[in-house]
This record gives sequence, C-alpha cells and structure tokens, in this order.
Amino acid sequence: MTDTLADHAFTLAGEAAIADADGVLVLPDHGVLVVSDLHFEKGSSYGMGGQMLPPYDTRTTLRRLAAAIARHRPRTVIALGDSFHDRLADRRMDGADVERLADLVDGVGRWVWIEGNHDPAPPPQFGGEVRHTLELGGLVLRHEPTEGAAPGEIAGHLHPCAKVRGKGRAVRARCFATDGERLIMPAFGAFTGGLNVCDPAFERCFGAVPGVLVMGRARVYPVAAKSCVPDRS
Amino acid sequence: MPTAPAAKPAAITLPERFADWFAARGWQARRHQIDMVAAARAGEDALLIAPTGGGKTLGGFLPSLIDLAEQTDGAGKTRPYRLHTLYISPLKALSVDVARNLMIPVEEMGLDLRIETRTGDTSTAKRQRQRAHPPDILLTTPEQLALFCATANAEAFFRDLRRIIIDEIHAIAPQKRGDLLSLDLATISQWAPQASRAGLSATVADEGGLARWLVTQPAGDDRFARIVRGEAGARPQVEILDPADRIPWAGHSGRHALGDVYERIKAAKMALVFVNTRSQAELTFQELWARNDANLPIALHHGSLSPEQRRKVEKAMAEGRLKAVVCTSTLDLGINWGDVDLVIQMGAPKGSSRLIQRLGRSNHRLDAPSRALLAPTNRFEHLECQAAREAVAENALDGEPLAAGSLDVLAQHIMGRGCGDGFEAEALFDEIRSAAPYAQLDRETFDRVLDFTATGGYALNTYERFRRLVKRKDGRWLARTPQIAQRYRMNVGTIVEAPMLDVVVSGRGRGGHRLGQIEEWFVEQLVPGDTFIFAGQVLRFVGIEEMSARVTRAADADPKIPSYQGGKFPLSTYLAGRVRDIVQNPDHWGALSVQVRDWLQLQAERSRLPDADGLLVETFPRAARHYMVCYPFEGRLAHQTLGMLLTRRLERLGMRPMGFVANEYAVAVWGLRDLAGLDFDALFNEDMMGDDLDAWLAESQLMKRTFRNCAVIAGLIERRFPGQEKSGRQITFSTDLIYDVLREHEPDHVLLRAAWQDAAAGLLDIRRLGEALTRVKGRISHVGLDRISPLAVPVMLEIGKEPVYGEGHDSILEDAADDLIAEALRLD
Repeated sequence: MTDTLADHAFTLAGEAAIADADGVLVLPDHGVLVVSDLHFEKGSSYGMGGQMLPPYDTRTTLRRLAAAIARHRPRTVIALGDSFHDRLADRRMDGADVERLADLVDGVGRWVWIEGNHDPAPPPQFGGEVRHTLELGGLVLRHEPTEGAAPGEIAGHLHPCAKVRGKGRAVRARCFATDGERLIMPAFGAFTGGLNVCDPAFERCFGAVPGVLVMGRARVYPVAAKSCVPDRS
Repeated sequence: MPTAPAAKPAAITLPERFADWFAARGWQARRHQIDMVAAARAGEDALLIAPTGGGKTLGGFLPSLIDLAEQTDGAGKTRPYRLHTLYISPLKALSVDVARNLMIPVEEMGLDLRIETRTGDTSTAKRQRQRAHPPDILLTTPEQLALFCATANAEAFFRDLRRIIIDEIHAIAPQKRGDLLSLDLATISQWAPQASRAGLSATVADEGGLARWLVTQPAGDDRFARIVRGEAGARPQVEILDPADRIPWAGHSGRHALGDVYERIKAAKMALVFVNTRSQAELTFQELWARNDANLPIALHHGSLSPEQRRKVEKAMAEGRLKAVVCTSTLDLGINWGDVDLVIQMGAPKGSSRLIQRLGRSNHRLDAPSRALLAPTNRFEHLECQAAREAVAENALDGEPLAAGSLDVLAQHIMGRGCGDGFEAEALFDEIRSAAPYAQLDRETFDRVLDFTATGGYALNTYERFRRLVKRKDGRWLARTPQIAQRYRMNVGTIVEAPMLDVVVSGRGRGGHRLGQIEEWFVEQLVPGDTFIFAGQVLRFVGIEEMSARVTRAADADPKIPSYQGGKFPLSTYLAGRVRDIVQNPDHWGALSVQVRDWLQLQAERSRLPDADGLLVETFPRAARHYMVCYPFEGRLAHQTLGMLLTRRLERLGMRPMGFVANEYAVAVWGLRDLAGLDFDALFNEDMMGDDLDAWLAESQLMKRTFRNCAVIAGLIERRFPGQEKSGRQITFSTDLIYDVLREHEPDHVLLRAAWQDAAAGLLDIRRLGEALTRVKGRISHVGLDRISPLAVPVMLEIGKEPVYGEGHDSILEDAADDLIAEALRLD
C-alpha cells in the first residue's frame, strides 16, 4: 500500500522539498528525511494511569517509519523532537520494539534526535546524535516553532490538522502547514491528535492562517488557507 | 387504575383492608392483580402483560403492599429500616410518576410506608440517608442500580429484599441497558435469593423470550416466569388519513396532511401528535402553528429540549391546558399525562408494537377504545400504515428476538463488581450465566473479558503493573486503588450520547437562556448567520462558545431545517412482510387511498409488482446514466449495507458503479454502464456477506462509531474524570486511532469482537440482510425498462437529498485542492 503513495514536490525557502502522503518530509538535495512528533509509548503512558489503550502504537509508528525510510532511502534521518512521549517511554517499550528501533537507527548513515518538550533528553540506548537545533544550508530545524517571522525554519510540536468541507461533509486530516518560507510538520505518531491550523497558535507563526498540504489516503493535497475551517464553526 | 366490572372469584382473597379499599372506590380487584398476589405468595416470578389502563402497576405492587401492611401494622416509628421492594423503570420521570400514584392507595388505606425514589437527580445527602436507612420501597433506574452494585456493602443493603418489579420490561430488555440490568439482577439475587421478580408490560411480542429474560437461569436449562395476562381492552380504532391534497412520492415532511391534521386536533379534547424524529417534530410544530388561526394551545416535546421546558409541557398536559402536543418517543412510555383522546401518528409507525404502545397513550380506560389517526407522509408510508392498521386489528405485535448479551456491558459489570465488595472469578462466572442474556457465555470468553477489564487483555503484556483489578491472596478480585473505583463509578451506564452542545439564546449583556441540546455534527454544518428550527423557534446561529452554541431569535420564515435523518426506527421485519403482501396482491388494495392504488396499478402495467417471497430488480437508463433499483423492503439500515456490498461487487465485475442511495423500501445503484446483462442471481448471492462484508467493515466509519461506543461502555475510554469531562470531539478522534492500531495488531481482540457483534445487529442490520438474501435466493426477477418505473420514483427522489455512500474522504480534499490550482492559474 505504501508503494503507491504519491508525493508532493515544492520549494521551501528556496530549497527543494517533498511532502510524503504518510507525513515525512524529504529534502532531496541534502539526502535528508525529516519526521516529527513520533510520541513512542503514548499508549502505555495512558495505561499507567489506568486507561488500558492498546500498547501497539510504537509498533505501528515504527512500521510506518521503516516503510518511509525504505521508500526514500535518505542518508540522514532527523527526528524533530517529541520522539518519546515521556522520560520513561524507552523503559516501557517492548523488547521487540526496542530492537526494531535500534536496527532502524543503525541502518541509516546519520540519525539525529532533536530535543523536544516531551523528551528534553532523548534516551541514548538507540544510538544517533542529540541536538537542540540543526542547520542545513538555509534551513533551521528545531522542535518548537518560533513566533514571528522565521524564514527557513522547519519545526514540529503543534501537530497541524486541517478541516476541509465539501459535499455536505467535512474531512479532518493531518497536514504540513507552510507558506513557502517556513514549515510545521505533521505529527507522525500513531496516537497523536492534531491542532486545527485555524488555531491562533499558527497565526502567531505565519502571520495568518497558513496554506496546508493535507495528507489524504494515498496523496498529498495542497489546500489554500481560505478552504480550511475551524473545528467548530 | 381499575374500573372494570367484577372479575371471576379467585382462589386467593385479599386481606380485609384491601378488599374494603377496592370496595370503597367502587372497584373489585382484577383477575390478573389477584394472580400476581398468588404468584408472589408461591414465590414465583411473574410477567404481567396487560393493556394500558388495566391496573398493571397496582398488580405489580399489590403483593408488596399486602406484605408490608402486615409487617408495619402497629410497628410504630421505630421499626427497622429494611428494603422490601425494588422498582426499576427505564425513565426517571416514570419512577417519580409511579411513586406519586402509589401514594394514593397507600394513604387511603392508612399504610405507614416509606416510599422513596433514587435517580440521577437525588441529592448526595438523601443518597447517604437511603443507604443507612433503606425505605420499604425504592423506585429507581437501571443505572442507579449498577452504581449501587459497585459500592462497598451493597450486599447488606439488599439482603432483606423480597421483591423486584421491572416496569416497561419490553423497552429495557432488548437494549444494552437490559444486559446491564439483567447482570445486576443476577448479583442481587445472589445476595437476596428470596426476592421474587415481576415484569410489567403492555406490549410484548416475544412472550417466551421476555419470560425467560426475567428469571434466574439454572445451568444447562431454560426457566421461564409465569405469564399473567390482563383482560384485553376495547379494540382500538385506527384510521388512515386520506388527504384532500396529493400524497407526495417521497419525503417525510407530511405538509400535505397538516391541514387535515389541524382540523382533527380542533375536534379532539387533547391530541398527542407522534413523529419519528426530532427534526420532524420541529417541522410539524412549526407548520401547525403557521395555520393555527384558532390559536389552539399546541406544545412541543422532544428529548433535546431542556428538562425545564419538558416539565412545563408535562405539567400543562396534566392540568388539561393543552389541545395538542407534538412529540417524539419521549412520550412513548407509560406516563399518564392527562386526558388524551386522540393519538395522531405523523409518518409510518415503523412497527406494530410501537403503534400499539403509542395508542395506549390515548384514553387510559379499558372499556373505551383508543383512537388513532395515521398520517403517512408519502406513498410507501401509506402502504406501511395500512399494514400497521391490519396488524393492530389482529393485535399482532412485532419485535426482534432478544440477542445474546454484549461483551462491552459484561466488561463494565465485571469492573463494577470489583469496585464493590469484590468477587471470586469462579462464582462470578456462574452468577453471570444465571442472567438470561449471558446463559450461553463460555468460560474462555469470560476469562478474556475479565483479562480485558484487569489489564486491557492484550497479547503484549505491558500493563501487568498497572492493573485496574487485582486478585488478592484470598482469591477475591478488587479494584487496585479507591481512585480507580471512583473513576469507574463516574462512568457507569450504557447510554453513550452523541456529542451534544447546549443551545443558548444570547440575552442582552452576558449570559443567556438555555433552550436544550443539539448534536455537535449538526452545529458543525452551520455557518454563522444560518437559521434553523429548534424548540419551535427559528434561531440564527452566532457561534460556538465552549460547550454551547450561541444563537439569537430570528424573524426568518424559511429557516434551514435540520436535515431529515431518515426514520429513526427501521421498518420492522414483520411490517415489511405485510407491506410486501399488500403490494403483491391487488385484492388487498381495497383499503388503500385511490392515489396509492393508481400508483401501484401503473407499476403493474409499466413494470411488474414485487412479489412477496422474491426480489424485483429493475434496470433502466436515465440522463446518460444506467440505474438498477431493487425492492427488498428491509429497512434503511439493511439497505445501506446492501448498497455498499453491491457497489463493491459491481466494481469487481468491472461495471464501475458511481454511487447508490437507499431508503426504507429500495436500493438504487447507478453507473455509466448498462447493468441489464448481469447475472442477478450471482450478484445477489448471499456469499456477499462473507469477504466483501469483512473488507468493507474494516474501513467503515460506521464500524469506528460502533467501536467508540463499545470502548466507552467497556471502560477503555472514560467519559468523565474527576474534575473534567472529555468533549465528544476528543473521544471520537482518539478512538479512531485506537481502532486502527488495535485492528492492525490484534484483530481478534475482545473489544473488536464486541464492536462487530454490535454493528451486525445495529447500524448494519446484517442479520436481517442475510435472512432477506436467503429468502430471495433463486427468486430474483429482473425487468429491463426503457425508463424509470413508478415504484422507483421515491428512491430516485432521494438522490441528492441523502448522502451518497462510497464518495470518499479524498474526493472532498481533491475538490478543495482543485480550488487552489484554479487560483494559482488565474491570470490577473
């Protein structure tokens, strides 16, 4: 199924970029794949509190991530923060998943864990390097987006989602938020929710509701800000 | 209350005080009331089936009153506090009403009894007092009982119980509430084995099923309650409105009939106007007032209105100040609100039992007939009303057979037992199997549900340390912490509401007046400035603030009305069969309106009539498309499932179907290719219920919605935490993700199994579709036409009004994306 995913190529602050329908960003000139907000072990963090959600979100997230890596064959993978849902996430992770993740990190040339608010210190056991920010040509990669203008910034944290209306119904799906100068990545983790791009948080970054690249079932759809509606309107 | 002439002398005589009371009222105890006393004395459980107005409630309570009269005589104020009788009804309003009516004989006989209600509205102080000092008779609801069973020392509270009365038992038993109630009854019977049970109902289709449901089931055998029957009342008079205006081909507004309906209301003392959906109630109310030249007091009553609004209407009814009330099923059940002498049913009643129940709302007297007027809203409904009228004349009731108990409710109950005094697994398994819906439960399934309750029941054993239930050294299972038990108690119940928002009319300044609640999905369709009808007024949508929809009153005459969601109840299998019989046999057309007769006649000439055992399939071209219409008469839910399966199958055959639409009677599928040459026996083969169904279900939004309900009831998702409430939106979103992940890794998880069972019986009506496909096998008649047939018009008219299934998620995004491209390509 993942073989048939269609990508969307565009330009981000003058650099070539590809948005993938499964939610990763590829920077072909740098051989880089960016993925954000993996939130490993979010399910089991609820389990600790007595809500026994299926403890398989890590497994699903890893399967999709491995498929995206196999599809794009990047030299570098950048996990843009909040890769682990909490500080104890790696200790709750099932042994088989620990092995899968370690193999995945091992299998690419360079793996960078960007620090997030959920994982200010990503666990060292899986390998890879840890950074607060990373510069790539004219691009800056960090977890939390900067308020105000930040040309060339690629961030995560906000989990953008777009709601689009049509045919008497509405679709709400994860998306990339971008104005061509900066970009906010969709959350990749299997149990991550989303924040509507009409939320003021996005306006503080883009100066207005941003345009979006919506993740459809097999394709990415570019949708103008004027076609996005708030969750309750 | 009884008013009938003398019953035959019975073997049991009433105590003097009771006999005197009946005599003083000029009554004599009815036969079935005496039989209920006899059954209770013999320690037997009994199901009392008696028409409305037949003294059914008194029949249920009489054994308790006699028993209590003996106990309390001269006992004085200091007699011990012991719960004697537990009364359970599906509506808290009914409990309150019955408590009030019960006080009449109690006071007139000078009995010194403690009679109290316990509902969601009961204050904490009163609850605590009730626990410490139980009343003689407690009137409550299934949810309150479940809550009771999930608290410590519940056993002591119920230990002295002598009698359990379940009112409107036919309404509770087939639902998940019934599953929960039967489990709680099984528990209480462990604590109070001496308590006998009585079920009360006016309309029972499956008497054997209900008589079994009511009683404790012994291992490996079936037990049934004794059935006690009241005398039948006068035969109801049911008339079908033959309006002066043209009967529409399709639609549900009933506008064409309202002039006649208004005249009937004028002539009646007080009329109840039943409709099937809330939006239809709003519309009917609006239209009646539009022609209300005589300024008749006509009111509106439905479940979305605020309780205060409803109480006001109920009070006005009881005081005889109203001429008519437009209402939904909120007034179906046994509350006696004043002197109704005419029941009007707008639209088809969908089932004969429902019609008989509604008829019982008029004239609470046995010797006078109830009067009903049926006002079909379209031609097919005219047929359906005729079928219902014949069924009522024969007193033929319908109802689907009781299904096996659901597993999500079982999980809730097991957790509840762990939050009370705890349980031993072995004993609980036996106890659960003594509840009729769970009599066939196997040990493996029980163990899986228990494991689900304790740890989530996943093959990946992550949650051992975080268990909700722990097994102690003595073998008892208990909630791990008091906080877990407390959270459970906040989430008891099986009614998972669609996410709702308050409708608040903005006043001057801040604040506002709350009118009631409306579904979130409906509000989401509105754009500020849109108008809609709610609570009988035209309102203008302003915006959303927190959990409420802010509105202002609008002067518009033509509001945007809530879209009609189809009949809320699917056409019953029984009535469907009768409708097929009428259509097939011109000898039965005599009672039909001339307009409807002409329509069927034209169908016979242009195409053919559907036959009762087979399936008529028509194909015809229209406006560059090819259509296929079939007429299974199995209700909208089964038809939607059939339409989805047919389109999948046609797609595989390379026929490239483009969409389908379903109504209560027919399914229409269309595409660019002529379908006339197909092998229809193969197309409609029942094997579509196998792989096609599974493949479709897996991605179906209906399935996700069903899963959400199961997850909430089973306790996987909590609706309420101390100090906060999740909004519906958050629940919907996260359960979809959970569903996808669970299906990927553990497709046979017990919760997915529960959801599948639910979907099969509920939203998809798979059982019924399966039975229909088996019935028509080898009896499919295809007619190739050069144009649309008269019978096909109603379903074809629904195209464009109803959502078309099969149009995907992505096509909406594609349209929006095209906008952007168009904008990008614009030259300016």
